[in-house]
Amino acid sequence: MLFNLFKFKGGVKPPTNKTQSTTLPIAAAPLPSRLVVPLHQSIGGTPRPVVEAGDRVLKGQLIGQADGWISAAVHAPTSGTVVEVAMHVQPHPSGLDALCVVIAPDGKDEWIARTPLDYAALTPEAVREHLQQSGVVGLGGAVFPTHGKLTASKTVPMEELIINGAECEPFITCDDLLMRERAEEVVRGIGIFRDLLQPKKVLIGIEDNKPEAAAAMRAAVETLGEDFAVVQVPTLYPAGGAKQLIRVLTGKEVPASKRSTDLGVQCFNVATAYTAWRAIAHGEPVVSRLVTVTGNVHHPRNYEVLIGTPMDELLKLAQPHPDTDGIIMGGPMMGFLVPQASVPVVKATNCLIAHDDRLFPPKAPEMPCIRCGACAQACPHELQPFEMYWFSRAKNFGKTQEYAIFDCIECGCCSFVCPSRIPLVQYFRFAKSEIWAREREKNAADQAKSRFEFKQLREEREKAEKAEKLAKAAAAQAAKKAAEAAAAAAAEAQPAAGEAAPASQAVAAVDPEKAAKRATIEAAMARAKAQREAAQPKNTDHLTPGQQKEVAEIEARRSGSRIEDRGSSEPAPAEPAAPTSPLDPNN
Amino acid sequence: MLPPAPFLLKDTSVSQVMIQVCVALIPGIAAYAWLVGPAILAQLVIATLAALAAEAAMLSLRGKPLGLFLSDGSAIVTAWLIALTFPPLAPWWLVATGTVFAIVVAKHLYGGLGQNPFNPAMVAFAVCIVSFPALMSQWPSIGLELPFVDQVNIILGLAPRVDALTGATPLDALKTALKLGDGSIDVVRLLADQDVYGNFAGRGWEWVAAGYLLGGLWLWHRQLITWHIPVAFVGALVAISGALWLFNPAQFANPLFHLFSGGAMLGAFFIATDPVSGCTTPRGKLIFGAGAGLLAYIIRVFGGYPDGVAFAVLLMNLCAPLIDLLTQPPIFGMKDKA
Repeated sequence: MLFNLFKFKGGVKPPTNKTQSTTLPIAAAPLPSRLVVPLHQSIGGTPRPVVEAGDRVLKGQLIGQADGWISAAVHAPTSGTVVEVAMHVQPHPSGLDALCVVIAPDGKDEWIARTPLDYAALTPEAVREHLQQSGVVGLGGAVFPTHGKLTASKTVPMEELIINGAECEPFITCDDLLMRERAEEVVRGIGIFRDLLQPKKVLIGIEDNKPEAAAAMRAAVETLGEDFAVVQVPTLYPAGGAKQLIRVLTGKEVPASKRSTDLGVQCFNVATAYTAWRAIAHGEPVVSRLVTVTGNVHHPRNYEVLIGTPMDELLKLAQPHPDTDGIIMGGPMMGFLVPQASVPVVKATNCLIAHDDRLFPPKAPEMPCIRCGACAQACPHELQPFEMYWFSRAKNFGKTQEYAIFDCIECGCCSFVCPSRIPLVQYFRFAKSEIWAREREKNAADQAKSRFEFKQLREEREKAEKAEKLAKAAAAQAAKKAAEAAAAAAAEAQPAAGEAAPASQAVAAVDPEKAAKRATIEAAMARAKAQREAAQPKNTDHLTPGQQKEVAEIEARRSGSRIEDRGSSEPAPAEPAAPTSPLDPNN
Repeated sequence: MLPPAPFLLKDTSVSQVMIQVCVALIPGIAAYAWLVGPAILAQLVIATLAALAAEAAMLSLRGKPLGLFLSDGSAIVTAWLIALTFPPLAPWWLVATGTVFAIVVAKHLYGGLGQNPFNPAMVAFAVCIVSFPALMSQWPSIGLELPFVDQVNIILGLAPRVDALTGATPLDALKTALKLGDGSIDVVRLLADQDVYGNFAGRGWEWVAAGYLLGGLWLWHRQLITWHIPVAFVGALVAISGALWLFNPAQFANPLFHLFSGGAMLGAFFIATDPVSGCTTPRGKLIFGAGAGLLAYIIRVFGGYPDGVAFAVLLMNLCAPLIDLLTQPPIFGMKDKA
């Protein structure tokens, strides 16, 4: 089929290193000694634990209840006993702890009762709900809850549904093997997404270094009688980034300030489609995933791995060479060295690479930037990395935002080509986190200020109320006196005509005082409000309205995904903005 | 702190970039040594030694690691460009002074590698042509039959400088003759003088310029430079020289002559393309290159100096930050709004 492809600017061609792990079929990893299942495995709210130490759980049993709409449930990966619900180190560069359910497997691998669903008979809401309850999240690496992406924009018609099988990062082959071996279920999963989103076209993008996968997908599409187009795209990192793949297949460019649905396009990973199908048609929640184990090992291979499997146990299956000195989770372009070898495999773990100095030679010392512009030519988002680098280094963060630092997807192309060996992406992460930190500080300061102002206001009000009370008491006294006088007068046989008058006089005497107080309070509130509004962040001066909007939207999204979206090893797909919810593992 | 991604890096380094620039200069240098005289080789050595010495001194004063920065090759590129733009029989101290000034003042006092707002080699040229105009204008006459040892002796001051050995550059000769002729001599007849002029520009020099062109194309092929600056430089030079030549062929030399004379080719491919002091955005590079080409022509034809490339590049260096600021390209997804 002739298909008109577009190009994205930039990109690099690192050695792909994929063939090592594609010679053997997918193998099921054996049950590990214990499973450490983090509750927070997707972007969004941290699921609440619903089991306690000592509970017996079955495979697929809910152990973490989704917290809010942008959150996904977590399940026991096998049957066994809950040992503890406690803090453990996460597979994240920060090395921070987060709440995990630790399960001792009983070896029976006994499923809960699985009920297949006929999704055609369900309402779209029910399908989305079921996907959330089954813990289906984006398995390309960004782990955004899938159900949250299955609502089309109300105003823009859904034109293209993009299925991402590009898998552009070197070494990773789990999507390749999935498509080769389980293409039919992937295509059925895509069918669910298609039915929910009702796009005009479905395009499955696969890099042209995976001809077997593309052939298998074509065959499956044909077998199932679907009209999905399987398109082979040129192998060029990061063609598997959602925005790059959307660009290549549709010509549309999704800026950081927009959701892809605003442009009538949505993108899912092939593995996500597969798990969606398993969840609907087999009633199996996401308790395992395919992981490529490769790098400095004797037998690189793809394994079906239970979520929560300690990485060192998994790596042992592939027999790492003795000089292995670390484990990279994800690919060599966007992955990270895990802080401990025993951290668990999570839904975002698509690849483990045994690290050694032969495969990944230590970096040469950093030299000054010579402005050669290689980074700008390599940047798929057409940014000027060397300019952002100058300003990040100088901590001039306002300028980095003017150069659109939040459009950076941290794909690493700039660092890859830099002749001065400057870790550019590292500088950009630093700048971004500093900007967020400053925003948080500013918000905290604003809150403290408004608390203080409220206290002042309250004190003033209390004073006013006290004065009012006194005035009232005085008035009552006066009224009483007047009444007494009136009574006395009445006693002197003058009818009660004047009785009400002194009381109303007294009230009138209080009223002006009250009004004055209220005016003071209102003026104070207005002043406080004006001050709050005047206190804008310094580093966002002189932004164009477009940039301001962009920054605001990104802040909103980022604050909803402080830590989780950074572990992605494929460039993060364009996710809809998540509602804010504090997601620190400690929360 | 664990090392961050990416863990794979392209096999490249500043030294590799600089070495390739030096390699690209070799065809021009070979033609130079063969056709004009081997004295240039001595000058290259002098300039290189002076540059490395000045670089080492400045690095140790600034407390920078010597090995790392001396091996980056940037000082050698500066030195070679200086040697190639100075008269080949100039005394050793002139080249050394220019080189030391370039490294110490134009490079390190501004912050070293990557920080210099002006092209150091062109600063050296400008400083020396202003300070030592006579020495900077003595070029060997083509076909000078003088053994290499004698040439080196002249450079080192061990043999007397014989004025007869040196003359003007083809560009300067043309300009002087036109000025003296005051309208009575035409360019066509002047260029027919086979002692000074060759097939399409200065005798011998035209092949040196062709060598630079070859090396420059290789730099472009290696993606060390983009096409923007050389094309804009050459385009602007051809446009203005062509327009004036069509207007009056008797008073103005043809574009081909200008392209292959003086520092035009060296400037277009090796000097204006210096990324540190030049523009970095695609549109900015076009403006920068065109501006340098235009100014080079105006200075060399109407100005007081034999060639205008150095001043043209320096003037454009001044404008580069502003041009970059005003020519920022739109980013991914924001093109329709730009």
